[in-house]
Amino acid sequence: MEQFIQQLINGLAWGAIYALIALGYTMVYGVLRLINFAHGDVYMIGAMTAYYVAHWLGFASAPSLQGFVVVMIVAMALCAALGALIELVAYRRLRHQPRSSMLITAIGVSMLLEFGGQRVFGPDPKFFPQLIESHSLFRAGGVVLTNLDALVIVVSLVLMIGLRWVVMKTRVGMALRAVSFSYDTAALMGINVNTVLSLTFMLGSALAAAAGAMVGLRNPKIDPLMGLLPGVKAFVAAVLGGIGNFPGAVVGGVLMGVTETLVAAYLSSTYRDAVAFVILIGVLLVKPTGLFGKVTVEKV
Amino acid sequence: MKRTRSLLIAVVLALWGSACSQQADEIRIGEYGSLTGGTATFGTSTHEGVLLALTEINAGGGLLGKRVTVITEDDQSKPEEAVTAVLKLIKQNQVVAVVGEVASSRSLAAAPVCQANKIPMLSPSSTNPKVTQVGDYIFRACFIDPFQGSTMAKFAINTLKVRRLAILTDTKNDYSVGLTQFFRDTVKSLGGEIVAEESYGEGDIEFKAQLTAIKAVNPEAIYVPGYYTECALIARQARELGLTATLLGGDGWDSPKTAEIGGKAVDGTYFTNHYSADEQRPEVQKFIADYRAAYGGKVPDAMAVLGYDAMRMLAAAIARAGSSDGPAIRAALAATKDFPGVSGRITIDGERNARKAIVVLKIDNGEFRFVESIAP
Repeated sequence: MEQFIQQLINGLAWGAIYALIALGYTMVYGVLRLINFAHGDVYMIGAMTAYYVAHWLGFASAPSLQGFVVVMIVAMALCAALGALIELVAYRRLRHQPRSSMLITAIGVSMLLEFGGQRVFGPDPKFFPQLIESHSLFRAGGVVLTNLDALVIVVSLVLMIGLRWVVMKTRVGMALRAVSFSYDTAALMGINVNTVLSLTFMLGSALAAAAGAMVGLRNPKIDPLMGLLPGVKAFVAAVLGGIGNFPGAVVGGVLMGVTETLVAAYLSSTYRDAVAFVILIGVLLVKPTGLFGKVTVEKV
Repeated sequence: MKRTRSLLIAVVLALWGSACSQQADEIRIGEYGSLTGGTATFGTSTHEGVLLALTEINAGGGLLGKRVTVITEDDQSKPEEAVTAVLKLIKQNQVVAVVGEVASSRSLAAAPVCQANKIPMLSPSSTNPKVTQVGDYIFRACFIDPFQGSTMAKFAINTLKVRRLAILTDTKNDYSVGLTQFFRDTVKSLGGEIVAEESYGEGDIEFKAQLTAIKAVNPEAIYVPGYYTECALIARQARELGLTATLLGGDGWDSPKTAEIGGKAVDGTYFTNHYSADEQRPEVQKFIADYRAAYGGKVPDAMAVLGYDAMRMLAAAIARAGSSDGPAIRAALAATKDFPGVSGRITIDGERNARKAIVVLKIDNGEFRFVESIAP
């Protein structure tokens, strides 16, 4: 039982990371009907930015919680700018082209970031500076909750609540929701669709950057291809929850993290990566719209 | 697809190769290794060792009256790139012999190419037995996994006096799988007990699920035969979960990154290795002094030592053969006996493996300390 609770904690912290990345997929899909394959790589850039910022600002040699907060916020801001740039350069002109054009462009952007990243950052794994020393925060019998796991869970939760507030309570959030229904109609209502799309990419990328910075802290090995698998899995998590649906992405991400951990713990780690795809196939067979997805009728 | 591509490359390179023939006044030796990628420190250290040996060889008048050059190819820590690198070295650069690789999976990928072209390949530090079984042109300058795995098992049972052991294997890695098998067998034959066996894959960063499962059965020691990046992360996460068992590893731990990534978590762990900088033999101390002078005061790791030993063994074989012909070098390498290497006195056995002593090191405050030396 103790072991099971510990595994749930492990899975929850890992799932929170997936949830943050999945939110970006879901947001972009919601407004653009685009699966932004480059999103996993924005997560990588987030981790890399945090790494360099930590060194430049000198926090690597003087670790502190405040230092990490600053590093994470700077990484989030820079990745938000990157997200807006990707939208502007790669996707904006393709908006009224066949959807597959944009999809293939997304794959291109993903490769550009991965292999450009290998060129710029070097292909060797980097050791992320330990801005916060890990220690156990809470111990009951054999169950341990480390401060880093707690940090990941709390920060993720705060960011998700923040995002929900932006989307549901602010004017830009309302615009975002309107665009997600139909951007042509939203444009007719006087909403600046371009601004809203930029904002969507900025929000999603900032969340991915936060995920990247926290993974760097918790599992301190980062490299230019680190976004590949988590990106795919977060995408599956978004589909599992019902792509385009916010709570769905969060639930999907957490489910994914917990399932993976349980598979590695009770079956074998060999099946860990396979399980994501089994889930994807299962969801598509049984409930193609995902757990929280709405059935939409394709209009002709 | 991959096969057609490498075939195509082979054809193109063969045509090119025949166009530019070997220059008469130099002997070319090829080297391929992981200068970048997940095991970059292995490749760079080996390369530094090889270059140090090369400088010495040329300072001593070269081989067969000719200058020796080393042509180096980076395989980016990827087996498929290793094949391309070796093809290029043999067909395009027309090397007479090849030094490489550290990782067994990459040596296994490239060895068939060398064998088919009758070019001797000398792996400095691939320890999986399968590597030299590829054919009679494949050699190594290090001991093999059965010896390494069983030595660590004996050390755990006899010296550390532990009985309940767990194993965490990298199932994507031939080297790790091999060590696990021999460690497990020896532990059982010595009366110890394997209480848990878990696995991970090279490149993973999250190991808490497996470590939690191991913690539940409460072993006294955990054997983690893998490469330094994953092993150091495993050590960190094990300590975070409150696992206090002693961690044991193999020569894949020998990198400055182990202590950098692992920090306090790797203190008090043990691993088997090819050499220790603490050893007082004159060969060792001379090599360390030369290496430090050449590379800005850096202390050499075992990969540098084996790169140096492999290059010198190969040079000695070419000198004895009196020829730079593949078959002649092969025969001379196979006859290597009591070669005074930095990593010990090396004798090549019938399976083309090096027989020599192994050392056990302990990590203490980030430093690797010599514990004991065990002869085969």
